[in-house]
Amino acid sequence: MTFYAQNALNGLAYGSLLFMIAAGFTLIFGLMRIVNIAQTAFFLIGAYVGLTLLHAGVPFWIAAALAGAAVMAAGLLIYRVFLHRYHADELTALLLTLGFALMLDDLALAAWGGDPQSVPPPAAFASSVQLGPLVFPAYWLALIVLSALAAVGLRLLERRTMLGAVIRAGVDDEEMTRGLGINIDRAFYVVFALGAFLAGAGGVLGSPITGAYPGLDGDLLPLAFAVIIIGGIGSLEGAYVGSLIIGLVSTFGKALFPELSYFTIFVPVAAIMALRPQGLLGRKR
Amino acid sequence: MTTGPWLEVRDLTVRFGSLVALDHVSLAVARGERRGIIGPNGAGKTTLFNTIAGEVASSAGGVVLAGRDITRLPPHRRASLGMARTFQTTMLCPRLTVLENVILSLAALRPVRRQFLVPLGRYRGLRDEALALLGQVGLDGRAAWPVRMLGHGEQRQVEILLALAQRPAVLLLDEPTAGLAAQDAALVTAMLREHSRDATIVLIEHDMEFVFDVVERITVLHYGRIVAEGTPEEIRAHETVREIYLGGAL
Amino acid sequence: MTGRRAVLAAAAVGAAVVAAAVPSLGLPQYYISLLTQTWIFGIAAMSLDLLVGFTGLVSFAQAAFFGTSAYMIAVLATQYHLVAFWPALGIALGTTAALAALFGLLALRGEGVTFIIITLALNEIVWGLAYQWVSVSGGDNGIAGFVRPPVFGLDLSGTAAFYRFTLAALLVCLALLAAIVRSPFGLVLRGVRDRPRRMAALGYAVQAFRYAAFVIAAVFTGVAGVLFAYYNEFVGPVNLSLDTAVQILIMVILGGVGTLLGPLAGAAVVVFVSNALSNLTQRWELILGAIYVAILLFARGGLVGIGHRVARVLGAATRGAGPAARPVMSPPPGGRGEP
Repeated sequence: MTFYAQNALNGLAYGSLLFMIAAGFTLIFGLMRIVNIAQTAFFLIGAYVGLTLLHAGVPFWIAAALAGAAVMAAGLLIYRVFLHRYHADELTALLLTLGFALMLDDLALAAWGGDPQSVPPPAAFASSVQLGPLVFPAYWLALIVLSALAAVGLRLLERRTMLGAVIRAGVDDEEMTRGLGINIDRAFYVVFALGAFLAGAGGVLGSPITGAYPGLDGDLLPLAFAVIIIGGIGSLEGAYVGSLIIGLVSTFGKALFPELSYFTIFVPVAAIMALRPQGLLGRKR
Repeated sequence: MTTGPWLEVRDLTVRFGSLVALDHVSLAVARGERRGIIGPNGAGKTTLFNTIAGEVASSAGGVVLAGRDITRLPPHRRASLGMARTFQTTMLCPRLTVLENVILSLAALRPVRRQFLVPLGRYRGLRDEALALLGQVGLDGRAAWPVRMLGHGEQRQVEILLALAQRPAVLLLDEPTAGLAAQDAALVTAMLREHSRDATIVLIEHDMEFVFDVVERITVLHYGRIVAEGTPEEIRAHETVREIYLGGAL
Repeated sequence: MTGRRAVLAAAAVGAAVVAAAVPSLGLPQYYISLLTQTWIFGIAAMSLDLLVGFTGLVSFAQAAFFGTSAYMIAVLATQYHLVAFWPALGIALGTTAALAALFGLLALRGEGVTFIIITLALNEIVWGLAYQWVSVSGGDNGIAGFVRPPVFGLDLSGTAAFYRFTLAALLVCLALLAAIVRSPFGLVLRGVRDRPRRMAALGYAVQAFRYAAFVIAAVFTGVAGVLFAYYNEFVGPVNLSLDTAVQILIMVILGGVGTLLGPLAGAAVVVFVSNALSNLTQRWELILGAIYVAILLFARGGLVGIGHRVARVLGAATRGAGPAARPVMSPPPGGRGEP
């Protein structure tokens, strides 16, 4: 029982971290049909920037916000200069983001070196929590709560704000939305910025769990994609559900089948592909 | 030989979510008949076509071709049973040449399509056949052009040629003259007249004059329902149809 | 027309003869090795081009097929003592084909971008297996301890001999792929690439053709994987990593999508740039990435497209820039043709 509860918590924490990547990914794809392969590279850069800030004595939460802002700025630059023109051309956009992922990866290696680095959680959550027989890092709980708050916040943004209305209209029918005289370009920028911010800040928030090392982005990318496939591409709720599923499956996989843990992640993926190709909460296109 | 209708649509209903695009539509087209389907925008004409062709699944009801229930068959199986169609916006392979497009139409229902090591150039017969078809509509001079270099009217001609080339049991034409300049439209009309004499045709058209000119019977769709059916004269005189076209739609 | 074809054929034979003579030219072994790698990755890149350029399917699963057949060679040799070339090749390619048959069923349930994402995920499954299933794959350490077997009685242990062998394999694969592309089946694939809806309406089982192309491409990539296993006399998880998949895709795009020979040139660029530059600077990945992005942005036809443009400019210059210099039928620059 303890075993399951422990791993379940761990899995939820890991899934919460994945959501920070998948949320931006799914928002960006949903509105602009850009598959941003660089999303996990954004996460990695965020983690490294955060690490540098932490070393400079910046408090953890502020470092997360600043790293998110820095990645957002870089993301906006990439979007403005390169990606903006390729909305209609999904493939070119995807291949371009792949190029930027490679370059960011190498830049990170140049700037922060090749040694894996561990990141301490914020002091307030550095302790362990004891709950009956369970002992787990307090930071896990913080991350789970934070990510859930982000999910709720994004959902409110999507459903309750003017921007959200524009986004939903744009997802449904970009032409029509433009025809109504709505400035959807601004929504594009906001959504890309938001996605980059989430990934960058997520890099800092997740780094106490993942650490920061070259190739982290490559390791996370298939997980993020698994999340998207399971949840349904373009669906925010799907991204959350998918993140938690992948987080749990990957943690239990590691605990129960250490030799095949990577394989176990893709069992639900294959099942979804076979039975419900549009994903759990995705829409048929 | 089957008796009864050649193409039959039985009580077809198509829903998209809560929207009912087709509401218990039934249609019987005799062999060799030319049937026009008219109706204002959003009446469900193209949905009806896509359902007959197999691209859209019906929520209820079915489609029968030459006595065979094809309701559950995918588009390519229906095509292999003799159903050919054109699309409202020209749908050709833009990077292939005109000749290649026509060859694709000819090869579609023959075993040669799976031949994967012999160069296409060896199949002289296929090529000559395609060139002859292009010659019939005066496009043989364009055979080596990539399709996207052709003008609108020429593309539409090729589009129709692809369908005719298969000598289909049923030919579905989705607004063949839509968006064409008068001159090009005349070209397409002439082509249809000349080369589809004994084909069974179902034709969607927005342009009433064109339909009345070409078809023998007309079915009128409105909000997913059939509101009238008859000869062009009957339809012209039909009260409801006049209302839809003169009153309701405007 | 026939004159031009004869010139091309002569050029091709000439290039093959020169390539075959390379080991006798006194080049350092290092360069012969790089060329060997080029031929091997050239096969993989050309086979991916069959998917990307001719069928319109961008697959990130190519490394899975490359690595699976490489691992099969290593596993057969070290654990089953099956070292004879032809049986090992047959089993390796058979396994790869079976894997592709399975993956194709799953991946083709997604269209467009979804297909890409699924292939990437599938590739990671195979990588994960190789990485973690230590008892079979050796995990991160990979598998060593096998050598190149003789083929047709030829000893391939030397650099020059193996170079010529890979070159021969490349030429055979190129000939087969070129035949496929030019066959009626190849025309159908291009039709499927351009307008799947139209092709279905004409009566083509679009998914079946995509599926066939997916499996065929996997088998050719498998040939490359077998060669690579013998080249290194070692296999490791990197052979089926996402990095390898990305590299093969970059070769295709650099060289020119839908040209077969372009991806071979792309393979040469990637192999030489990554090795030569890595001696000069540690930032070769950044440079390669920048070249790749530049090609995507400014030269969609890749190296082949650039070559055509240069040839056109040169042709115009030599013939005098008359109206005849610009062929009426030349496609407009930068056209993509997809909606």
